Amino acid sequence: MNDFTHSAPTSEDCSASGNNDSGQNRSGYNNSGYNFAYLDEQTKRMIRRALLKAVAIPGYQVPFGGREMPMPYGWGTGGMQLTASILGADDVLKVIDQGADDTTNAVSIRSFFERVAGVETTTETARASVIQTRHRIPEKTLSNDQILVFQVPIPEPLRFIEPSEEETRVMHALEEYGVMHVKLYEDIARHGHIATTYAYPVKVDGRYVMDPSPIPKFDNPKLHMSEALMLFGAGREKRLYAIPPWTRVESLDFEDHPFEIQAWDEPCAICGATDSYLDEVITDDAGGRMFVCSDTDYCQSRREEVA
Amino acid sequence: MTSMNQPFLSAVALEKTFTLHAQGGQTLAVMRGLDLSLARGECLVLAGPSGIGKSTLLKMVNGNYRISGGRLTLHFGSEGQGRDGRTGDGPDGEEHDNGRLELADLPAQAWHVLRRDVIGYVSQFLRVVPRVSARDVVMEPLLARGADEQESRQRAETLLARLNLPERLWSLAPGTFSGGEQQRVNIARGFIAEHPLLLLDEPTASLDAANRDVVVSLIQEAKARGTAMLGIFHDEDVRDRVADRLLPLEGHMGTASEEKL
Amino acid sequence: MNRPVKACPGPVHPAPTRPVLTRPALLEARDITRLYGPDKGCQQIDFTLHQGEVLGIVGESGSGKSTLLRVLSGLEKPDAGQVVYHSDIDSSAGQAGALDLYAISEARRRALLRMEWGLVHQNPRDGLRLGVSAGANVGERLMALGQRHYGRLRAAGQDWMSRVELDPERIDDAPQTFSGGMQQRLQIARTLVTQPRLVFMDEPTGGLDVSVQARLLDMLRTLTRELGLSVVLVTHDLAVARLLAHRLMVMRRGRVVEAGLTDQILDDPQHPYSQLLVSSVLTP
Repeated sequence: MNDFTHSAPTSEDCSASGNNDSGQNRSGYNNSGYNFAYLDEQTKRMIRRALLKAVAIPGYQVPFGGREMPMPYGWGTGGMQLTASILGADDVLKVIDQGADDTTNAVSIRSFFERVAGVETTTETARASVIQTRHRIPEKTLSNDQILVFQVPIPEPLRFIEPSEEETRVMHALEEYGVMHVKLYEDIARHGHIATTYAYPVKVDGRYVMDPSPIPKFDNPKLHMSEALMLFGAGREKRLYAIPPWTRVESLDFEDHPFEIQAWDEPCAICGATDSYLDEVITDDAGGRMFVCSDTDYCQSRREEVA
Repeated sequence: MTSMNQPFLSAVALEKTFTLHAQGGQTLAVMRGLDLSLARGECLVLAGPSGIGKSTLLKMVNGNYRISGGRLTLHFGSEGQGRDGRTGDGPDGEEHDNGRLELADLPAQAWHVLRRDVIGYVSQFLRVVPRVSARDVVMEPLLARGADEQESRQRAETLLARLNLPERLWSLAPGTFSGGEQQRVNIARGFIAEHPLLLLDEPTASLDAANRDVVVSLIQEAKARGTAMLGIFHDEDVRDRVADRLLPLEGHMGTASEEKL
Repeated sequence: MNRPVKACPGPVHPAPTRPVLTRPALLEARDITRLYGPDKGCQQIDFTLHQGEVLGIVGESGSGKSTLLRVLSGLEKPDAGQVVYHSDIDSSAGQAGALDLYAISEARRRALLRMEWGLVHQNPRDGLRLGVSAGANVGERLMALGQRHYGRLRAAGQDWMSRVELDPERIDDAPQTFSGGMQQRLQIARTLVTQPRLVFMDEPTGGLDVSVQARLLDMLRTLTRELGLSVVLVTHDLAVARLLAHRLMVMRRGRVVEAGLTDQILDDPQHPYSQLLVSSVLTP
């Protein structure tokens, strides 16, 4: 909870100043014409209240009054609203997309917050106090003064089998989770192993089954007993949920087909790491390829250490 | 207690009427004032011209027909009575002593138990269940009591063999069997469970002489075990060999054929 | 026990003693009414289903039998009356006894449906997950009960497919590739795999060819006996009722007009409507 509140007071100060909509009351972001971090203070308070509820009930999906963001759904509007709501002027923001700081989406979101919040940004995992991410968890272990904000496309892990929201809510309420294993069973029946490799369902604190967003299952163990607070925002569906620090997070599996993470036969072609998630990169038209760290910051910091 | 001379089944002033609502509520009185007493180890044969409605009585004892009036009573040995504190669940809840059980208005669940454990019925025709083999048809009454499957099968086969049903037919559903073959399956099914009361509705009607003899000996063996039997036999030879007494029905049966129009 | 279990080829059998004629009550309908309009639905239904009993509810379409089944099986709250289930779970914890189906929490009710009851729909597509394999369909209720061993789930799936006479080799095939009769058998396997105590069946042989029906009926008879199931069976087919049901309730315009032993209802119907129903069928 410390982690959670640590960035909030700044915004509260802002709202207390009575200049909610001027966006001009603080130094450092006076060019945008928007309130600090884009959203108005009432919206941010509403989202923070929802986040408090989410933290109090780990893994439970809390509805929130999502706002239109200046970008299409599917580009991280949920994550951005959460980030905007928790960001304070002192925060240092990092944004990654598939582990990389330099992709279009990551660069855009980072510059957005530079402009509307005037916060410092970084690509260094260790320096960031808030990290917004799509599809990855950084390799470097996060600490208890960091918050990870996930962009979520489909928050409901039961949706694939049950189209009715009303019914999935009841299923969560009554812990009717047998169908989750039906899906894994089907995987093994078809492929001989659990072929789900991303958005691999987890059970949070022994209670709620949760979709960890489309991170590779490689990252699932990092959710377990994480020091950092994890927040999840789905913009289209207007749902958010959370994993508070030090929470049990188990990946669903079978006794005779236990959960396993991906492994590679070779190290990262650039930094030589053997413990990171690798992306396959096609190098030429002749089928040449190499495997490199998906976490660009991790890869670079390892090279710098060696150098 | 030696109960061979006491009745196991008795009827007093038994009546049966049918009310045909489709024909303006016309009432057919098919049986009236019938008394009977059947002891263990006894075979009582219903006598009377054909068409008099002899099957009616068997169907009443078997629960297929409701009892319109009079009493139809089973008399059980007393030693089992009260062992579990139950006195049955007759509709009036009266506490019968000596294990008397009135069959009128018994609830359905009591009939399940009676048919499983007490009353066996060999009807004239086999009610063919699609796809069920002759062997399984015969075994079923034993399985219903939770008997061992292997042992039940063995006994079924023994009986079928004794009744000269060719072995190649045992695994086939009797739907396509000849009348005589079906009849023998039916007899085996009726005798296998050794119910204390057997109702026999022309069990030898379509059998040849050899198989009639087998049935006669089955009946005689049942008698020796103490089975009470109520039967209809048109075949005089068989009737003479198995009947201990005849129960004349004339005078008690309405001539349904005349009234039915 | 005081019943003659097997014959001993020996001499005179002892005098038969009176068997225990009652069985414990499993489900009670107490004065149930659920009406959508005048005489539409079911009204003032009162009966007790005992353990191991197969109760057939017969009547023509619109007689209220399907509404009654929905009320009994926990899917639709009655306007009045109670459905009481005699549960023996948690008996060690002292929670045994009568559960008023619509007074207990939804959580408890749904758990009951999932664990101790089963529902076989007329249309197997309503009771199956068509998007997943036959094996996953059969295994789902086990997984819901916490079975987490793939190998055992699979073995149970194959075992049950054999029991309902489906080729266990087809465990990974999708139900869409099965015929209607096979789908219905798969639905039954999926329902019975957790060995429920009470199963509700809504026209289980409806919509099937006669030859396929016969096979299914035979299978249901055997399974019912082997598992000691109690069944509430809704059917408009008196031949099906004769083969499967120990006891019948005849419904008309939402009411039970006659109830009793199946043979009694079919051979000696008392109520004018029962007589009409029986006489309009070729030798049920």
